[in-house]
Amino acid sequence: MEIHEYQAKAILADYGVAIPDGGLAYSPEQAAYRASEIGGEQWVVKAQIHSGARGKAGGVKLCSHEREVAEAADELLGKRLVTAQTGERGKGVYRLYVEATVVGESELYLGFVLDRSAERVTIVASAAGGMDIEEIVASDPDSIVRINVEPAAGLQAFEAREIAFAVGLDASLVPQAVQLMTSCYRAILDLDATMLEINPLAVTADGRLLALDAKMIFDDNALFRHQDVSELRDKSQEDPRERTAVDRGLSYVGLDGDIGCIINGAGLAMATMDMIKHAGGEPANFLDIGGGASPERVLKAFRLVLSDDNVKAVLVNIFAGINRCDWVAEGVVQALRQLEVPVPVVVRLSGTNVEEGRRILKEADVPIIAAESLAEAGTKAVESAAGRTA
Amino acid sequence: MSIILDETTPVIVQGVTGRIATFHTDDMAEYGTNVVGGVTPGKGGAKHCGVDVFDTVKQAVTATEATASIVFVPPPFAADAIMEAADAGIENCVCITEGIPVQDMIKVKRYLRRYQHAKRMCLIGPNCAGVISPGKAMLGIMPSHIYERGPVGIVSRSGTLGYEAASQLKAVGIGVSTSVGIGGDPINGSSFLDHLKRFENDDETEAVVMIGEIGGQQEAQAAIYAREHMHKPVVGYIAGLTAPKGRTMGHAGAIVSTVGESAAEKVQIMRECGVTIVKLPSDFGKIVPKVLRR
Repeated sequence: MEIHEYQAKAILADYGVAIPDGGLAYSPEQAAYRASEIGGEQWVVKAQIHSGARGKAGGVKLCSHEREVAEAADELLGKRLVTAQTGERGKGVYRLYVEATVVGESELYLGFVLDRSAERVTIVASAAGGMDIEEIVASDPDSIVRINVEPAAGLQAFEAREIAFAVGLDASLVPQAVQLMTSCYRAILDLDATMLEINPLAVTADGRLLALDAKMIFDDNALFRHQDVSELRDKSQEDPRERTAVDRGLSYVGLDGDIGCIINGAGLAMATMDMIKHAGGEPANFLDIGGGASPERVLKAFRLVLSDDNVKAVLVNIFAGINRCDWVAEGVVQALRQLEVPVPVVVRLSGTNVEEGRRILKEADVPIIAAESLAEAGTKAVESAAGRTA
Repeated sequence: MSIILDETTPVIVQGVTGRIATFHTDDMAEYGTNVVGGVTPGKGGAKHCGVDVFDTVKQAVTATEATASIVFVPPPFAADAIMEAADAGIENCVCITEGIPVQDMIKVKRYLRRYQHAKRMCLIGPNCAGVISPGKAMLGIMPSHIYERGPVGIVSRSGTLGYEAASQLKAVGIGVSTSVGIGGDPINGSSFLDHLKRFENDDETEAVVMIGEIGGQQEAQAAIYAREHMHKPVVGYIAGLTAPKGRTMGHAGAIVSTVGESAAEKVQIMRECGVTIVKLPSDFGKIVPKVLRR
């Protein structure tokens, strides 16, 4: 789960990381008022969306008068901001963060990520802050320092010192950097974060380390033990169909094609998408209905897939292990009877209770196109979407 | 032979009294698995699915001499159950549970290293379909009727794609020595590499099918091992050629986040290492017989 910059900063501040003065605003008036509360002569107004690269997309405005703050807020609020990371639809701006400007003498990159191969948290740092990490990797790879944290012992001071010296911090700032990294690591452990990024981390003329931007991602599987983190979820930042899916226990990723997919198992779902593509079609979505899917869950999956107007055919591909083909078949029958299904439906069933499942479909006499194998399922779905079969 | 499991392997079921565990315990026993006991803390002394229930894994191991376990414990408690199995001297532990927090898995992996290599438990999963040695025993949740006994080893991240491969092989009259699901989590127990080693040393296995997906580096490591150390042919498929970058595709671990994690990159590395590539998931039944005939 992603959260906003202002939320990540609030968490980090609780852990002792220094951040610039700032405040949240939902309206231009509030934004101007926040600026007056913060004081000073210059502010940044930052669109709070779940994406990086906001600056280049016009989502961060520098203002030197409270009136400008209100104008910037007026322009940003309600807009859909399209960044390099959001896709064409962009993300809606409904919250702004107004912050005192800070001029750093230098800007660092500091990231904590989960290294799957090492099975540890890795700290990644670079003196070339301000750019995103992909750009640093491309333009200045030698500036990057990495340290794997031993999970049983935790982050050691010497490791943090090594990073601090390696990114060229003045010796007088090293203790501060050690404390900052230790705080971040503690936040990750306490809150089950899988990613924490401070970029840039500013080094100010008066010798302070300030987090100018912050990003945190949390482990969805650990939210059960973090009520407080769960409450930071902002549904306005999620794709509406994916949001619906998550709330119904389905795993869904919206794509650009026209063949709606209802499949069990993540691997088979990806493989089926690959089959569709190979047969000359494009999948409209990834959808895993999961194990032990009831007829109701199959019905929900149909509703979700059909809510995408691009869908010209639906492919149900089930290889039941923990699932049951008879339940899936009942779900298909219910969907075809209860919903308006304006497109052809291709069904391939295999595995547990397959005979029963096929019998249910046959006896219900619903208009489906049956497929025996995975290859046939892919071809028939593509043909149906193209209108090549009756 | 087969790997990990045969009809003599004594097995206990952790979380045996749960609804899903009950169903699969009966299913495994019916298939021929030597289920000797179960563990549910607080329910020790009871009988369930025809076996004794114990409070702790240690008690179960002492009483039954079990060497393998299967975990059906809910995500908040699953990591604890795995570590308990390791501490009780279980040799192979399958964890079916999906949704274990990543940090819990970091802890589990670190914990397993407390034991010397020879005594270290092999964890299979989590978030996997388990292990089946067709005709002998099943330590998992797969539909057993799709497996024929034979000379091909299968190791797969995805459960359903493992089923797909096994059933395509059965349709062309080829059986399976053992099929192992290693699970779809970003940090999992044993890797493709661990099981390739076992298949290489198994006299019943003549070829191995390796079914990977986007995310992580384990397929590449396994492919390099196959090139350097294996005499048996390896057939490989990677799911997710059409998956967009940076999106999690169902499995928590199925996400392309860095170099080398996309399906195209993995396929290329595998091909360079001499792995026979199955381009389409519908072609296991076409490619594997050719490889076996060589």
